[in-house]
Amino acid sequence: MSKSLNLFGGTALGTLAVLTMAVNFADRNIADFPENPPVMTAIAPPVVSSGLVGAANASTGAGEGKFGLGRPALAEEIAAWDVDVSPDGTGLPVGSGSVEDGEMVFSENCAVCHGEFAEGVDNWPELAGGEGTLADDDPVKTVGSYWPYLSTAWDYVHRSMPYGSAQTLSDDDVYAIVAYILYSNFLVDDDFVLSNENFLEVEMPNANGFIIDDRAETEYPIWRTEPCMENCKDSVEITMRATVLDVTPEEEAAATPAAEPAVVQTAAVSEPVAEAAAAVTETAAAVEAPAADAADPALIAAGEKVFGKCKACHQVGDGAKNRTGPQLNGIVGAEIASVEGFKYSGVLSDMGGIWTAETLAAFLADPRGFAKGTKMSFAGLKSEDDIAAVTAYLASFQ
Amino acid sequence: MSDMHNPSRRAFLRGTAAAAAGLTAAGAARANGPDPLITEVQEWATAFGDGVDATPYGLPIQYESDVVRRNVEWLTADTTSSINFTPIHALDGTITPQGCAFERHHSGAIELRKEDYRLMINGLVDTPLVFSYADLERFPRENHVYFCECAANTGMEWAGAQLNGAQFTHGMIHNMEYTGVSLRTLLNEAGLGAAGDLADKWVYVEGADASSNGRSIPMDKALDDVLVAFKANGEALRKEHGYPVRLVVPGWEGNMWVKWLRRIEVMSNAVESREETSKYTDTLADGTSRKWTWVMDAKSVITSPSPQAPITHGAGPLVITGLAWSGHGAITRVDVSKDGGKTWETARLAKPGEKMALTRFYLDTEWSGEDMLLQSRAIDETGYVQPTKAQLRDVRGENSIYHNNCIQTWHVMPNGEAENVEVS
Repeated sequence: MSKSLNLFGGTALGTLAVLTMAVNFADRNIADFPENPPVMTAIAPPVVSSGLVGAANASTGAGEGKFGLGRPALAEEIAAWDVDVSPDGTGLPVGSGSVEDGEMVFSENCAVCHGEFAEGVDNWPELAGGEGTLADDDPVKTVGSYWPYLSTAWDYVHRSMPYGSAQTLSDDDVYAIVAYILYSNFLVDDDFVLSNENFLEVEMPNANGFIIDDRAETEYPIWRTEPCMENCKDSVEITMRATVLDVTPEEEAAATPAAEPAVVQTAAVSEPVAEAAAAVTETAAAVEAPAADAADPALIAAGEKVFGKCKACHQVGDGAKNRTGPQLNGIVGAEIASVEGFKYSGVLSDMGGIWTAETLAAFLADPRGFAKGTKMSFAGLKSEDDIAAVTAYLASFQ
Repeated sequence: MSDMHNPSRRAFLRGTAAAAAGLTAAGAARANGPDPLITEVQEWATAFGDGVDATPYGLPIQYESDVVRRNVEWLTADTTSSINFTPIHALDGTITPQGCAFERHHSGAIELRKEDYRLMINGLVDTPLVFSYADLERFPRENHVYFCECAANTGMEWAGAQLNGAQFTHGMIHNMEYTGVSLRTLLNEAGLGAAGDLADKWVYVEGADASSNGRSIPMDKALDDVLVAFKANGEALRKEHGYPVRLVVPGWEGNMWVKWLRRIEVMSNAVESREETSKYTDTLADGTSRKWTWVMDAKSVITSPSPQAPITHGAGPLVITGLAWSGHGAITRVDVSKDGGKTWETARLAKPGEKMALTRFYLDTEWSGEDMLLQSRAIDETGYVQPTKAQLRDVRGENSIYHNNCIQTWHVMPNGEAENVEVS
């Protein structure tokens, strides 16, 4: 968070600042531009990197080398974007949240990926545990075991979470979530309330676990030496093979392998032509058929965009698999809670009925209102247009 | 033919072996009679090809459809916060085409119009400013070629040989010619007088996407060679690389090259954001971790032959080629070993090395048809010699993820196939 935000924070000060900037801006607009080559080159080209700061320090006189481009940032614009929080607490807004509230907010917004106890689901990050493991093989790095500053957790939750709905949490909810994460790491008690006032009192276990890059001392002197060219080793043995693990993804080769005899290649040329012709016929058929269904490509395309909010948990299309949520091929018209291999919440399992446009709309508008206790921790789609679009998109995967 | 369409990688390798056998047969046929590719009039030599209106923006020909970015599904929980890999095994030269240059997102690749783009400079500056895209185009521009390497490139190989292909072991890298405005120019426009002594100041840079990835950069680097870029390889940035504007931080880890750059704040401290504390830090054997490990040390890899680019021609003339780079400056020399590091010979650089850019090397050699343990070793202008994995582990232990710049070994077998191995 910037000092300038503090400067421009108050209304009176803010007005004053804007006025000052306006004068400054006007002044700069009547400055000779672009005919001031001497000042344009006022900042020396980089020679050695350590000299740059010195050069810049020496040349920070007002107006030097400026182009009069851009406009002054308004105080409310800076306030909207400058929300980063530093380790010393600079940038924290006034507010508070309890572990108790945090448990609920976390369950609703975070648990779907991070687990009810911040233990992490599938490949999603675990946020709790791992204390004392940093020197082990495969250390467990969590907010509790690894993160040196609590400000980082607050800043990240506030700016980048919940995943897929970033910047939707209130400041108090962020305090509550961070309090709950601390509690999950046994760093505070269950009656703890985190606020901007006691923020710096929380001790992070790994606060002293970091050193600044020391490669220049510990590595470079070893490796800045003339390397061996001959008889560098007595023997060389293979000690490990990637093929043993067999974790490399499969690949598809190009349609036609190189170095084919010409005769075969000629045959191959005619094949795609036939395929293309077939494809054209198919397309023609496809264009005619849906006219009755009135599947609106624009609506489906809009739905694909809306589905971006769902993708963190749901897959759809070729090869879609159950992830945090069930795969959604054929979901429109399917029985509720009927996707094979997915473990549903009790409320959806017992619900019965069919996912029609209507039931889907009701569920998507207010997941927890429609099915209290559903594992789907999604706030809901506010716009009816978005619901119609995403339903059309899902209906296109039958 | 039908089973030759889109075969799996293993089938492809088998197919390659078959093709090599076919070549031998073709060679024999050539001795016995004329080549029909020459003696018979071919389709393409008699009929029309595509007109100039067929492809207003061209993609590679269908025969190159396997030269694509690939991802490793098990690496991450979801593709919107994940990485894919440049097909370096199939490219030559040094410039990476944008369409197959690796992507790394923390909340997916967003679509941000130039008209909706705003860049704010605030914090310890004389006048906090907002620039439009059009404003940026009015500042003096620079062109530079730089590599961008993810700090996690080769990270999956720390504990042992794991992924079978240069694309997967070393493909978190691309190299483009950037056009943009120097960050120094923009900072000067806002005025650094308010920052006082610049020696201990920082700039914090942040993206406009939902992850709002933010990193702290020391002022010394910010005033040196950092670029606010809007073009790559002559055309607009691709959305997956931060269209319309990204930061270019030469020689430093890719995470700092903030995409969809929306804000630059001059500060008196590092923010210690998530991506510079919990991630992109290097845990040593004793459990302490290095932070601010920004520079990417000298590194190289042989791109061909390699597991995805086997030798298909049998013994005889062989071109061994690869890439080398260093975040400390220019590559001055690359050595290649065919016997797992017992003996080395110096490769030919296609061009003199350029600072913080990929350098292409070639070793034009004869293959005996026997096993090879291929390695390459980069040396940069500071005299830094790319270390072995054992040397790195001696200093850092085995729990690191990032900044693995070790020497890579490919075992090339008599049938021309290659595999990723570790050697003693």
